[in-house]
Amino acid sequence: MAKGMYIIVVGAGKVGWGLARELLDKGHEVTLIENSRERFMTVEQELEHNVQYGDASELWVLERAGISRADMVIAVTGDDEDNMLICQVAREKYLVDRIIARVNNPRNRQHFDLLGIKPYVSATDLILRLLEHEVPEYGLVHLLDLPEERLEIIEMLLAADSKAAGQRVGDLNMPEGSLLISVLREGRGFVPVPDTVLEAGDEVLAVLDPGMEEDLKAFFGPDGGEAG
Amino acid sequence: MFIVIVGCGRVGSSVARTMLKEGHQVSCVDEDPEAHARLEVSLDRSWEDSGGQFTVGTGLELDALLAAGIEQADAFIASTDGDNTNIVISQIAQRRFNVPTVIARILDPLRAEWYEKQGLTTICPTRVAIEMLEAHVRGASNGGGAAAAPQSPAGDDGERG
Repeated sequence: MAKGMYIIVVGAGKVGWGLARELLDKGHEVTLIENSRERFMTVEQELEHNVQYGDASELWVLERAGISRADMVIAVTGDDEDNMLICQVAREKYLVDRIIARVNNPRNRQHFDLLGIKPYVSATDLILRLLEHEVPEYGLVHLLDLPEERLEIIEMLLAADSKAAGQRVGDLNMPEGSLLISVLREGRGFVPVPDTVLEAGDEVLAVLDPGMEEDLKAFFGPDGGEAG
Repeated sequence: MFIVIVGCGRVGSSVARTMLKEGHQVSCVDEDPEAHARLEVSLDRSWEDSGGQFTVGTGLELDALLAAGIEQADAFIASTDGDNTNIVISQIAQRRFNVPTVIARILDPLRAEWYEKQGLTTICPTRVAIEMLEAHVRGASNGGGAAAAPQSPAGDDGERG
């Protein structure tokens, strides 16, 4: 992250307060905006002039915080509508380059998508992601998703009946739009070469175009598993 | 016309009844089941018997909007008591369901003005009140007293679109 950015953080809950503190420590200029008077008084004791009282969904509150010169706006209130609209006006009205929004209710993700609010962060999704990683019963684990850049990296465990087990990497005919980038075997990762022979129990990492998960599941799945 | 109205308070319910009386199909959504009672004020039959629809839910729940028939709507009115809700759901109606006429009630004049520029039709009661007050005070200061105040607020009719 570039030094000395001006960052507006909206919502002084645990997330927003902690974030503001960390960003200040890293040498950024930060204004935290909080709309509960009581919470504001508490946070102000520590952050002093770096916190302002007001409802950031009102434009004049954002303007008072100097939004037109902000490099980044991070909306982490407990209200999804607030987070969506604060980011929408930040980007579209005040032309702030970077925004980050928090999604509280994962069912609202589709609305963030519809309004073009990205990136967003959802604690529920992050925990589910970790859960998938720890308990990979779904077969395929998302390691990285960058929808805007159309990039995904996934990890898959090759089961004993995987039709890719026993095959040379050079002979694999990977689905178009996907590429094998790493193999984890006995806890160690390595970059495969054409002569590498895949084994049952390997975990394979692949980079792929979004939406190809099912193709890859079928490809690395059991023999005759076209049904996926 | 088929009109979906989200937010069935004093404003929403009144518009709903009027539109129904004028022969339109009206479907209302409110998170409070009790809001249904407002629709029947001054009706001699139930809201449903009069031809209206009522769905319990919030505008952010797509299921509620679909149940209310948003896919067939010719017009959508966002009249909940929350500006943020109205702005978000009217954009959902416009962008996701392509409802031809979308009207949002926005109390905050600054945001009403900006979203109007972005292509939403907005009604700002606060702006209307400000203009009426200013017109009356101007009328009084021009020495005419109450008589100089305009009968209807100047410039208001045009903005109601």
